[in-house]
This record gives sequence, C-alpha cells and structure tokens, in this order.
Amino acid sequence: MLQIKVKILYNKKIKVNYFHLVLRIPKIAKDSLPGQFFNIKVSDTCEPLLRRPLSIHRVKGTNIEFLYEVVGRATQILSQRRPGEYLDVIGPLGNGFNLTPNTYNLTPILVAGGIGVAPLLFLADKLAYSVERRAYRKNKKFKLSAKRYPLNALVLIGAKSTGQVLRKKEFKALGCEVKIATDDASEGFKGKVTELLKNILPLAISHKPLAIYACGPRPMLKEIIRISKKYNIPTQVSLEEHMACGIGACLGCVMNTKEGFKRVCKEGPVFNGDEIIWVGKEEVG
Amino acid sequence: MVDLRIKIGELKLKNPVMVASGAFGYAEEFKDFMNLKELGAIVTKTITLKPRQGNPAPRTCETPAGMLNSIGLENPGLEVFIREKLPLLLKIGPPIIVSIASESGPEEFVELARKVDKIKEIAAIELNISCPNIRGKPLLISQDPKATYGVVRGVRRVTSKTLITKLSPNVTFIADIAKATEAAGTDAVSLINTITAMSIDVKTRKPKIASLTGGLSGPAIRPVAVRMVWEVNQKIKIPIIGMGGIMDTPSAVEFIIAGATAISVGTANFINPRVSIEIIKGIKKYLQENNINSINELIGSIRC
Repeated sequence: MLQIKVKILYNKKIKVNYFHLVLRIPKIAKDSLPGQFFNIKVSDTCEPLLRRPLSIHRVKGTNIEFLYEVVGRATQILSQRRPGEYLDVIGPLGNGFNLTPNTYNLTPILVAGGIGVAPLLFLADKLAYSVERRAYRKNKKFKLSAKRYPLNALVLIGAKSTGQVLRKKEFKALGCEVKIATDDASEGFKGKVTELLKNILPLAISHKPLAIYACGPRPMLKEIIRISKKYNIPTQVSLEEHMACGIGACLGCVMNTKEGFKRVCKEGPVFNGDEIIWVGKEEVG
Repeated sequence: MVDLRIKIGELKLKNPVMVASGAFGYAEEFKDFMNLKELGAIVTKTITLKPRQGNPAPRTCETPAGMLNSIGLENPGLEVFIREKLPLLLKIGPPIIVSIASESGPEEFVELARKVDKIKEIAAIELNISCPNIRGKPLLISQDPKATYGVVRGVRRVTSKTLITKLSPNVTFIADIAKATEAAGTDAVSLINTITAMSIDVKTRKPKIASLTGGLSGPAIRPVAVRMVWEVNQKIKIPIIGMGGIMDTPSAVEFIIAGATAISVGTANFINPRVSIEIIKGIKKYLQENNINSINELIGSIRC
C-alpha cells in the first residue's frame, strides 16, 4: 500500500456517463488483486474534501485501469482531468476476492450491475490467467500467452439500456459466455440481471459446481445472495460504499456481519454472501 | 536550530503536533505512510469501559469542505484496548494519550481514569466529555459548566497523570466551560470537538447519516475553532490544544498564533495520511523564516 502521485495516461468517456481512466503505477501494479481499490484525490483543493474509492478495473504491466461512472461533483471533476496531469492516489486497498486452489474447480458466474462491471473484468482476467497457467503445467506444449486459453465463465451484465452495457467485448475476448439483461429490453433478457440469474441457474448447476462473484447496487447483491443460498453456491460480493479514509482508521464504512461490524475498506470490500446481515437502511441500498 | 519543544502539564513533547482522537485509529493504520516516531503525541480513539459496537451505517458523509460523522465511539472496551492495542501503541515511541468516555454517569469516568492511571507507560488522559454522537443524552457534560467541573474534579482526584479535557463547541460561551475545567484541576483543554450538524439527501428526503445528526469536521469548521481557541486563551492560564480543520502548516500555525500550545490533526489524516509529519516540518520552516527561536514565542502571538 502506497500514497503516491501518479500520471494520468488516459481518461476518456466510453459510454454515456462511464469513463475509462488509466494511471501509470509501477511497483504496486503487479501486487494488486481483483476486488481491491485505490482511494483517489480528484483535485488539490478542499472541495471535494475526501478521496473517492475506485475499484481496479484491469492491470496491464505497470498500468492500472479504472472504470468509473460520473455520479456527482467529485467524479465530474475527475472526468475533466487530462492525460499528463498527476493524481494523488492511495492503494491498493481492501481485501480483494478470495481465490483459493479450490476456486478453480468451480465454474465462475460473474454478475455485474451497472458500474459493478469494473472489478469483475480484472477478476475474469486473473481467473483466465490462472486457467492458462494450469493448462500450461498439465501440457507443456501449450504455449503460454500465445493465445489466451478460454476462461469457461458465465458473465451476466445488467444495465438500464443497451447503451449502458459495459465491457461485453472484453469478457468475450477472455472466452467468457456473456448474457445481457436490460430494464427496457433493448438488449438480451428483459428485466433485472437477478431474474436472468434465477432463470439460468437450475440448468447451470446441473452441469458443474459453481461459484458466484457479484458487484453492483445493494438490492441486487442482496437478491443474488438470497438466490445463491437456495442452491448452496459459494458467493462473494464486492460492495460499493462511501468512505472517509479508506485505510481502516475512521470506522465510517462499516457493514453488518455475523461477526459484528466489519470495515468495508479493510475487511472488505469483498464479503462472503453468507456473512452479511442486511438491516435497516442498508436494505434500501 | 529552532526549538519545537512544548510542555502540557507534566508532559513534555518534542514538537506541538499531535493526532486527534478518532482520526488516527490506533496508529497502526498509518504506519505504511509515515514514520510514526516523529509525531509529538498520539491521542487514541476514545475508549469506554465496556466494548461499544457504535452507530449504524451510513456513519459519514461529505459536506462542503467538511464531513459529518456519527461513529458512536465504536471501540473494543478498556480491557481489550490495554491487552491488544496499547502494547503496539507504546512501541511506537511518542507519548500516548488515552482518550476516555463514560457511557453512563461521572462515576464511569472516574473508574476509567483510575484504571488508566495504574498503567505508567500511558503519558496522559484526555477526557472526552464532548462526543455529540451518543444517543439518548440530551445534554453533553461539556455543555454544562457544573457537570464539567464535577467530572474533571472527580477524575483529578484519582489520577496524577497529565489531564486534558476536550471541549464541545456546541455551547454559548465556551470560555465558561474552559474556566470550569481549569478550576477543577485539568492540566490542559483541547478544543474543538465536532460541531453538531445535519445533511439531507434531497432526492430521498432522508438524512445522509443513519443517526440523523452527526459531528461536522474539516476545514469548514476551522474559523469557528480558531475563534474559540482565541476566546478561551484570554480566560484561562493552562495550555490549549487547538484543533478543527487543520489541513496544512498555515492552518496549524493559525491555531498557535490564536493561543494554542499544541495542535491536533484530525480529518486531514483521512485525506493525506502523512500530513502531520508535513506540518511538523512546515512549522520548523515557518519559525526559521520568521526568525523565531522557539515555538513558545509564537503561542498566542496574535496582533490585534
């Protein structure tokens, strides 16, 4: 974990309110894990005062990429920062997705709602890389990185409309099967991505043991956990949360769990579905 | 070479820069960002006798040049603090000031102080009689001069450690409260705690934090804090530890000129974790550039 001023290499709108930011962060890029985030100061002034946490979208060499949605003043300011300018960042922070050797025996289902796509592409990338390494160990003739070994994963992306569907191409390039759900039926399944998940699960589970990884609004995560519990599918969710410090000091971003309050920035942002207790205001997201 | 050393009660600090209670965790969260040894002193998160879960989420929100918080004194309780957190804190080096608060009456303050007093490595006690985020308490102790006097007097009787009393800005005349603490035997006062405040989401019409109201901190409150330090400094003789929106060297120096002997960095730690070290260097440079030999010459040097 470092506090460092880094150069903006790229910062452009990709769709509607969604922006793609690329920072050059040598030293720590290779140590970053899917699900971890950086806490970014968008300007040098007191307005906005606090940093903004952005989850890692992808790592390429010494570059760390972010995908963010302009939702308020801070992200608005960030969207206007230009390549060549510097940003003060702290990271990588948080726990990241828990990937154990057993993880690779399970077929991953990635469920993204809106900007929740951001950390899941990095996760898919990491899973694909691990699949590749394992294929290489089994068969030395398989040329490492000559051609990406397909990641046998199912990716469900939920969006309001087809114009807001993010990173479909990138997931497909990794070999994932991608299914889309839109609220207005402009692409794929008409309805919530959670309903799409509910529809495909009975068949999917009959083939192989599964693991679910999700990121998106809280009502969506809550519903996914409820569904996955029925099928006994191990589920990890990455929470979006407002933070003050991002380093575990202020105790501002707590989440209710079976073991009491946990800090989203430190013990999270990734939680096991079965440890979360949804109460009161958290329920409405 | 400029002299940054100051004295608060019996406590000698190598420089006047401390980190404020609740804004520095238990210091371990900051060890990757800075050399913790350089700090003047470290004030712990407030400790209560029993463990406290704290308030429901959301607990913080951003406001213009500031933030609201209502953490609700989440802490593991004195026993666990002493066993698990204190040894690491003491290893760092700078004096450790333990902030304490009562969940019930004044008796709990006395009991806490008595227990803390027995641990000789602890440098000082800060009485948090001004946390705005405890439910079901219509009046803070530090909003009533008599109650303030009573608590400080009670604690003073059971401890010989340097005693600091932290004051609330949510009062009509803060100098009156400060005078009561001085009369009761506190060695110093620290001010200000956060200002009670509220922020509402206009889309949902709901308060932005779960406790409805919280404590405002950050640069937004600095002018209020500076004014209070200046006011209190004219009415008491004991040292003042100034805090409230200190973000950098100029804002730290502002408090010292207003009358603070030491300053405490709070919210700024969340934005720039190493800011307190930058401020120590900055104060040194300010003194050199202004041909001031000792920080003590700057304290209360306001020209008006």
